[in-house]
Amino acid sequence: MRKVAVIGVGMVKVDHHWKESLRSLFTKAAINALEDAGNPDVEALYVGNMSAGQFNKQENLAPMLADALGLGSKPSLRVEEGCSSGAAALYMALKDVASGMHDFVLVGGVEKMMDTTTSDATFIISTVTDQEYEAFTGLSLAGINAMVMRLYMKKFGVKRESFAKFVVQMHENASKNPYAQFPFKISLDKALNSAPVAEPIHLMDCAPIGDGAAALIICPAEKAKEFTSDQVDIVGAWKANDTFLFHMRKDFLSLKATIEASRNAYDMANITPEDVDVAEVHDSFSIAGILAIEDLGFVRKGEGWMAVEEGLISLDGEIPINPSGGLKARGHPIGATGIYQAAEIVLQLRGDAGKRQVPDARIGLSHNTSGFGTSAIVHVFKAK
Amino acid sequence: MLPSNLWREIPQRYRLEAVFCPKCSTTYFPPRELCTECGSRELEKKKLPTKGKLVTYTVIHTPPKGFELYTPYIVGLVRLEDGTHITAQITDADPNKLDLDVDVEAVIRKVKENGREGPIYYGYKFRPILNANGAPERKC
Repeated sequence: MRKVAVIGVGMVKVDHHWKESLRSLFTKAAINALEDAGNPDVEALYVGNMSAGQFNKQENLAPMLADALGLGSKPSLRVEEGCSSGAAALYMALKDVASGMHDFVLVGGVEKMMDTTTSDATFIISTVTDQEYEAFTGLSLAGINAMVMRLYMKKFGVKRESFAKFVVQMHENASKNPYAQFPFKISLDKALNSAPVAEPIHLMDCAPIGDGAAALIICPAEKAKEFTSDQVDIVGAWKANDTFLFHMRKDFLSLKATIEASRNAYDMANITPEDVDVAEVHDSFSIAGILAIEDLGFVRKGEGWMAVEEGLISLDGEIPINPSGGLKARGHPIGATGIYQAAEIVLQLRGDAGKRQVPDARIGLSHNTSGFGTSAIVHVFKAK
Repeated sequence: MLPSNLWREIPQRYRLEAVFCPKCSTTYFPPRELCTECGSRELEKKKLPTKGKLVTYTVIHTPPKGFELYTPYIVGLVRLEDGTHITAQITDADPNKLDLDVDVEAVIRKVKENGREGPIYYGYKFRPILNANGAPERKC
């Protein structure tokens, strides 16, 4: 396999983009990535998108977006993997370049969620769970996370305050990110006292609904220096699954898919969790963020909440988590999220992350899951 | 959810029909075609026990479309007497008085309506088993 590098990143701010269509949003992010890379001649397109069919009544996205970008007859594919569609697209594009099939590939993600109502969006998001035996009972994705949060609180003696502190940290980071949906700080009181969504989860524990698109340009590492002096290589990648039904799990407090995907990605990159300088993790709910810190191997099981309390996850902490603000405050336009995460890590490793820059970041990780950990995709990046 | 789907799932929704692997003693609810533990493709029908314990639960305030009329409602994870887990609504319970580990039993209830003219969906829910004083049982 050839070694692969990222030579361009492009994003649009996650927001309520009333004036933009799914097509224009994606095209703008892709143009940003192409310009960042110095406009190489792209040979193929991969796009991550969860549910344009339900959110926008539009399918057949790959030819539509290839056409919008003027890629003519070049191969294009849409990749769907629920909430981790963005990382799934990168996983496929990576194999494409590593195999030697193509040299310069544009990989992006897009989701336009704001054209629906909250109850429609909550239903559409719940279609990543089992429709016949989970969603049928009225259970939402927030509800599964909430059941786990209640168990976690009881088993480890944790209060809601600890989860709220994670949320405050995410907003603090997002306040320094121009691409964030919520670029402002919030108080602990506000994080704690919002409306209940699925108790014990409250509104401020949840990632928001938003519109967004992000893109990367990847190519063989040996060709990257023609385009950039700040080359970032993708040195590890893996996808793993868990039981589709949550009630079939043997351990309700661990995300087995995250454990397996990360251990395989670490092996491929020849690193250990301690070597990671900065990570973007899938915090669709505050409990999911805390479980991710544990299951990625940064702290032991049951100690993720302590890492938050002790400031280990802050920008100058031992293991800075989600400098972008995470899904919680950067935003979670579903199919684009995995690409936003990868773009953030690339900016961090280049030293281009502005006010939210993690000092001396050399190795970074992105972690994107779907459903409640029904699958997880981990990518490891390294500054050249 | 479509009427054909509703009809197809009646054995599970009304009678808690599961499958059992005689080779490795694993129970699957809902039923499936092969045993993911030992690989056996010869599974037998089994009816699940109707009693168990509440492992964890949530109180839903922001529901998916179709459940707006029923909020707040409780969804829980139940461990049945044979060790099988099932996801179900918890009914006849006060969300503020519910606790982990209470004993629960299955009942048949309306789950939701599918518009004015669509079919009404029925299925299993679980309710706390009350003792003689009307308080939830907890045989820990």
